[in-house]
Order: sequence, then C-alpha cells, then structure tokens
Amino acid sequence: MRDVAVIGTGMVHFGELWSDPLRKIWAGAALAALDDAGVKTVDHITIGCMSSGLFTGQEHLASLLADEAGLNGVPATRVESACASGGLALRTGFAEIAAGLADVVLVTGVEKMTDVDGAAATYALGTAADQQWEGFHGITFPGLYAMLARIHMQRHGTTIEQLAQVAVKNHANGRLNPHAQYHLKVTVESVLESTLVADPLHLLDCSPITDGAAALVLASVDKARELGRAKPLVRITGSGLATDSIALANRADLGELAAVRKAAERAYAMAGRKPADIDLVEVHDCFTIAEIMATEALGFFAPGDGGPAVERGDTAIGGKIPVNTSGGLKAKGHPVGATGVAQAVEIVSQLRGAAGERQVKGAKIGMTQNMGGSGGSSVVHILEVE
Amino acid sequence: MSVGIVGYGAFIPRRRIKVEEIAKVWGADAPSYKKGLQLHEKAVPGADEDTITMSVEASRNALARSGGVDPAQIGAVYIGSESHPYAVKPSGTIVSEAIGAVPVLHVADLEFACKAGTEGMFLAQALVKAGEVKYAMGIGADTSQGAPGDALEYSAAAGAAAYIFGADKDKIVAEVVDTYSWTTDTPDFWRREYMHYPRHGSRFTGEPAYFRHSSSSALGMMKKAGLKPADFAHAVFHQPNGKFPIRVGKMVGFTMAQLETGWLSPWLGNTYSGASPIGLTAILDVAKPGQLILLTSFGSGAGSDSFVFRVTERITKVQSLAPRTRPQLDENKIYVDYGTYAKLRGKIRMAE
Repeated sequence: MRDVAVIGTGMVHFGELWSDPLRKIWAGAALAALDDAGVKTVDHITIGCMSSGLFTGQEHLASLLADEAGLNGVPATRVESACASGGLALRTGFAEIAAGLADVVLVTGVEKMTDVDGAAATYALGTAADQQWEGFHGITFPGLYAMLARIHMQRHGTTIEQLAQVAVKNHANGRLNPHAQYHLKVTVESVLESTLVADPLHLLDCSPITDGAAALVLASVDKARELGRAKPLVRITGSGLATDSIALANRADLGELAAVRKAAERAYAMAGRKPADIDLVEVHDCFTIAEIMATEALGFFAPGDGGPAVERGDTAIGGKIPVNTSGGLKAKGHPVGATGVAQAVEIVSQLRGAAGERQVKGAKIGMTQNMGGSGGSSVVHILEVE
Repeated sequence: MSVGIVGYGAFIPRRRIKVEEIAKVWGADAPSYKKGLQLHEKAVPGADEDTITMSVEASRNALARSGGVDPAQIGAVYIGSESHPYAVKPSGTIVSEAIGAVPVLHVADLEFACKAGTEGMFLAQALVKAGEVKYAMGIGADTSQGAPGDALEYSAAAGAAAYIFGADKDKIVAEVVDTYSWTTDTPDFWRREYMHYPRHGSRFTGEPAYFRHSSSSALGMMKKAGLKPADFAHAVFHQPNGKFPIRVGKMVGFTMAQLETGWLSPWLGNTYSGASPIGLTAILDVAKPGQLILLTSFGSGAGSDSFVFRVTERITKVQSLAPRTRPQLDENKIYVDYGTYAKLRGKIRMAE
C-alpha cells in the first residue's frame, strides 16, 4: 500500500448561500484546493454528497461537477453514506492512491440544503434513518439522538448542562473560524432557554441546515515530493470505516456508538497509534450528545466520562484533547456531504500550523470522525505532519 | 408645491389572542415565540370586521383630523391589502361610498403583500403633487391570513391606517420631504389564487428578502434625501414580528429610542399592509413640530417603500381629534380563546 499525503485544501464560507447553486459552491472549494496544491488536473475526483436529488433535484453529480471544474473527461465518483459521505469520499480517494490506481485525487464534499423548506430538508435528512422501522413511524433525527441522550443520562448521569457545554465550547471555537456559519456567543443558559426540539435536546444542541463544500487534493507521497510544495507534508496514516444497524432498535447497545469504535480501532491499527497519541480531533457533533458519545467511542474518555470531560475543559483548545477546534458541525455548520471533508481541512490546517487564533500548539497528529445517521456508519482518519 | 399628510387615522380591533393560547393548541413552545420573535399577543378581527370596515373606520378618523376636508373633494382612494373581501369587486368603492367620496374619484385596490398600504400612500401623494387631484387617500388594511399551526399564525393580525394627502399649507400635519422605493423579484412569500393561506420560504424570508430590501430602501432614502439616522426623531419599519423591525432599524443606524414609538408588533401582531402605516400613526400621535420621521415598509415578492416626513406646527392641533393608536392597542381589549378565534377567522368547516 502506497503512502498518501494531503497537498491541498479548500473550502467555501459555510452558511445559507441563497444565491449560489450547488455547482458553484462545489467549484469554489474544489478550485481553491487545486490552487493550494498547485496542480491543474488530477487522476480522479471523488464527491461526497448525501442527497442532492432531494435537496436540489440534481443527481449524476460526478460528471456534472467534473465538467464544472474544467476537468471534463477525468474519472469521477460520487459516494454516499448519509452524513458520512464526505468522510467516505476521503477514504475512497485515499484508497485510489494507496492501491496505485491514481497519483493525484481531488476529494470533495458538498451539500446545498437551502433550496427546499424546513419540512423537505427534514424529510431528506430523515432518509438516513431506517425508513421502514423508524422514519415512516414519524421519528426524525433530533428524536433519535434525544433517545441516545436519555440513555446516556440514565446510565452515566450525564447532565443537560454538560450537553449545553459542548455547544458553548464549539460556538466559542467557531467564533475563531472565518469559514464558520455562526459567530455568535452561546452560554449554558442560552442553550437551555432555546426552543426544546426533542427532550432533552434544545435548538442550540442541534447542528444547523447549511450550504457548503470542502475539498482536498491527495497525492502519493512520492508524487507530493516530486511536486515539491513548500508547505509541511501531511500524511494520512490511518483510515477506518465501519457500519452498524441503522435502526436504533437493532443495536446491540444504545449506550455506545459501535460504528465509531470499530472505525477508530481500524484507523489506530493502520496508523500504529493509540488515543493518547492524538493531539486534536474533529468529531461529528450533529447533536451535542453525539460529540460526548464520539469522544468515548474514540477512546479519549471512558464510557460515561465524555460529559464530565467537557465540564473539566479537557476538550477545549488548550485542554487534554481539543475537540472540534473548527467550531464543529454546531458552529461551523453541517452541509452534510461536505462535513467529513471539512473536518480534514481543519486538521490539515492545524497540522500545518496555519489555524490562526484557534491553533493547537505543537499539533503533530490529528484525527477526524465522520458519522452517518444516528451512527449507522462512521469513517475515521488519522493525519500526521512530518 | 409642498404636499403632505392632511389627515391620518388608525383602527385596531378590540379582540386579542395571546401567543400562549395559540401555542397551547399546537403543542408549541410559547416562550420561544415570545423571546425569539418578541410576540406576546395579536389583534383579531370580530365577526363584523374586515378590511373594508376597518378601512372605513380608519378613514373616518383621518377625516376627523383633516381640518374639514370635504370628502367629495377626495379625488382618489387606494386601498392596499392582501385580504380584500372580494377577489373580484373593489373594496375601494364601498369605502369611498361610506365616507362620501363618490362619485367623481379614481379608486383602486392594490396588492403587494405587506407593502400595499404604502403603495397607496405613494400613489396618493404623487397624484396630489402632480396636481391631478386636490386630495387623495392611501389606506393600508388587512385581516392577515396565517395557516393553522404555522409560524405565521402567531403574528398574522388585523388593523388599518388611512392617510389623506393634500397640498393646502394650512392643513398639512406632516410634509412629504422625499420618497424612495427598492424592488426586486424575490419570491419569499406568496398566495396563489384559490389558496386560503399564504406560503413562505421560512428563513429565506429573512436576510435575502426583509433585511436586504428594508435596509437598502432605508439607506437609499437617506442618501437621496441627504439625511442620516441622527437627523430623525422617529423611524418605523415593517413589522412581521417584534424582532425584525428593531434589528433592521439598528442595522441602518437607528437607536431604540428612535424605533420604539412606532414599534407595535409585540402587542398588535403583523397587520401586513397595515403594519408600518399603523406604526406611523402611533408616531404622529405624539410627534412634535419640526421632527423628521422615516417610514420604510416591506412587501414580500419583494419591495420596500420609504418616505421622509417633516412634522408641521399643525400636528398638535389634530392629535386629539380622533382616537389615538396606542390607546386603541393598550386599552379596552377583549381576549378570546382559540375556539372563538378559529370561528372568527373562518377556520372551522361549517355544514354545507
């Protein structure tokens, strides 16, 4: 298996991009990444997108977007694993290079979510749940994650204040990220006073509806050296993917996110790393409870200690393991297909020492954890700077 | 020639429904509406109140303040509303007949979502300025529709304001200093023919529609007139809820002290075509000679009309000649429950 490096990153400002169509949003990120890498063409394009069909009425994105980037004729593949589509696009690009099928790959993620109203967006997102056993009976994602939160609270004594503190921390980080959708200040009180969406989750426990795109250029390490870019070389040393039952009713244990644990075990094994080696992590905080459960499943905290860890400041910038320095899905925004790629953009930026005010000092090894649905799939990557 | 308002009047129905009462029925979170949208209660039209009757009431109040304008000399009546009782048959003819302005006059019913009222005002003052008519009346009135359970149901309210424009120096209470309009095709809210309730693009109604048009109109108006926010004693914006008008007012440089007099929506709701015109009546009720007032409306679809008014010495002589707006809002209220509200708003399916 060949070694793989990230040689370029790009992303657009996340937000409600009312006047921009999907193809323009995507091209903004893709062309920025190509510029950053200093390459004009690539051997392959991967595109993570959850549901352009339901959100915009457009499928067949691979050809559409290759053409949009002026790369007509280049092989392109769209991949989908719900909200983990971006992470899966990264893994697909990684695999292409590792296997020797390509030397340079443009990895992208995109979602345009504001062309439809709230009800249609909720329906589109709901297709990531088990429709036969969950969705068609009326439950939506806030309800599914609220049940996971309830179990965590009952089993471990996790509190709604600890959930709120995840939002407080991520919004504080988001204020330092110019690409973030929200730069507002959030307090525990404002989270608890915000509209109750699905008890115990309030509006400010939930990630928003967002338009956005993110992109990376990957190359084999040999090719990267040949291109001779001055920026520090960031290598992808571990990649793990796992699945789980989509329906909560079929899970072995609702107290943990098994797909996250399994994906992490595979990534750690490939990289020869353990949780204590990781300097910072971007996790899939689609809801505040998801961040707490993810940090436990990734091995940073014992089961049940994810809530107290936030309270202790362990996950803040300057803490034991900074989590979601970008602001996470909570503050940076969650254009579902773009999220997994945007997580890697943040880690590369941190490992290059280019994260500005939110820089984690001396960051050498970073991790991304992207998740589909309520944990039915997860993708974990470990990135290291030379 | 100086043109201005020679008479103004408002009408607000007595009935109210509280946000809690609506939220209770739909299992919604009342505190989030009160805090998030700054809405507490809204005006509900009674069984015998509609856009036409409210327009008549507001017009009579405007005539009472007009220094004896002969209704027969009103050469144009324009009613802006999105709840004209008839799809075909004018509201304006009934109102004109009721106030004695018929038969030699021009009448039109206007519709431009929530800004049809200021459209009528714009046309009325322009006709007087052109010398086509001696007096002209512009009315904004609505018994607004909001679908049951929709966010709009917490705000859609009822009320009317009427303005008589003229060029008689001794009658003008507020001179029209300048006007400005800002319009694009932005489909944020609509109701097609035969649809009972309007539809809206939820958050798309905010930044790309309300805020973009209102702020562009207000800033363009001030630039055109060579004025800045500090020059104004009062400013009033369209009021789809309690939050938006204050936010846009502050965005373009006004202070709470300048905005609060015309800010009625937390207790009145959104009276659609009547909203910013009714807010202006509340300002004129307390305005002092020489003060400048900015009026900026907003209508989905989308557009925004702005006016700069300069209050004259005469204002203090007319303020008490008809019911003031704030007492109509704050006093003599009748609270209704959701069942009564549903009956009054025609939300109950009756036997055929």
